Amino acid sequence: MKGSEAVAAVMAELDDEPVVNANGFIGREAFTARDREANFYMIGSMGLASSMGLGVALAQPGKKIVVLDGDGNVLMAMGTLAMIAAAAPKNLVHVTIDNGVYESTGNQKTLSSQIELEKVAKSSGYKNSLVVTELDELKKAFRTALDSDGPSFILVKVEPNFDHNTGRVTHTPEEIKRRFMTAASR
Amino acid sequence: MLNSQNFFSRLKQEGFNFYTGVPCSLLAGLFSILEKQDEFPYLASVREDAAVGLCSGAYMGGKLPVLLMQNSGFGYSLNAFTSLNLIYKIPMLVVMSWRGCGGKDAPEHIIMGDINEKLLETSGMEYSILTQDNLDEVLARARQTIVKDELPFTILVKKGFFDER
Repeated sequence: MKGSEAVAAVMAELDDEPVVNANGFIGREAFTARDREANFYMIGSMGLASSMGLGVALAQPGKKIVVLDGDGNVLMAMGTLAMIAAAAPKNLVHVTIDNGVYESTGNQKTLSSQIELEKVAKSSGYKNSLVVTELDELKKAFRTALDSDGPSFILVKVEPNFDHNTGRVTHTPEEIKRRFMTAASR
Repeated sequence: MLNSQNFFSRLKQEGFNFYTGVPCSLLAGLFSILEKQDEFPYLASVREDAAVGLCSGAYMGGKLPVLLMQNSGFGYSLNAFTSLNLIYKIPMLVVMSWRGCGGKDAPEHIIMGDINEKLLETSGMEYSILTQDNLDEVLARARQTIVKDELPFTILVKKGFFDER
């Protein structure tokens, strides 16, 4: 499974769930696959999609909140896994696209090949944690997570295939925020 | 006389309903009060930048968040403020203890104590220094910045205000 296919598959499964997209290729692929008002795109602030998603989940307990993260982001903010596990929001689904590299900066290796992030999430205290390698598996696991109590962690092993011509998010940061806040409070 | 209890009561009156942070001894009394109440459960953050992320998400979900931190955490969270809050306009109230104020403190606090105000100014972060008799004025400024301008506002707190044990 390629990274862009994984992001597109997650986006295609969504109804009106708010999604916090990590910076780098994740947000750009999500924007390209399916731009929606309920998508928040981090353009900087690497590592903070997960804590931000936790904040939205705690403020909006009646909605399922999705964090679309990357392995580099999760490695940068491993402590946030503990915060999510401690707060234990039932409505949080944390999907991590693991391409093994910092793709948007030139494919430098991350440590994800040496660290089993799904086990880190599980031992931190996430209710559910699993790893998927096939597109069908991902769709099924994501659907199950949306329909179950969390917090759930899905590690998606992918091949890097980011095309640097993929568009950047064209909305201004303030537009991204306003759209998201309106969608998240609906 | 300003203390942790009446400060927290004022924050609640102002509508602040989400609390997180990373501890500092100068704010020990405030942390203690937050941990003992369950009206607005206090969430322990592991790092100040993660706390900024948490408050930002809470704000976008409809809460009015407060972040308590030592000024050492301002260094950790500076990128979050500049690449997230200041450009997306995501506000929060930051209660920041001013370790190293006046150059009298442990060595690790001296430089940040010296540049604390300059760093806030340089990065475009609105702030006020708390005194015994300016809380109303500080909170009015905070409200203006947070509600109207949608930007973070910092209250700098020196030793002796909220460090009851």
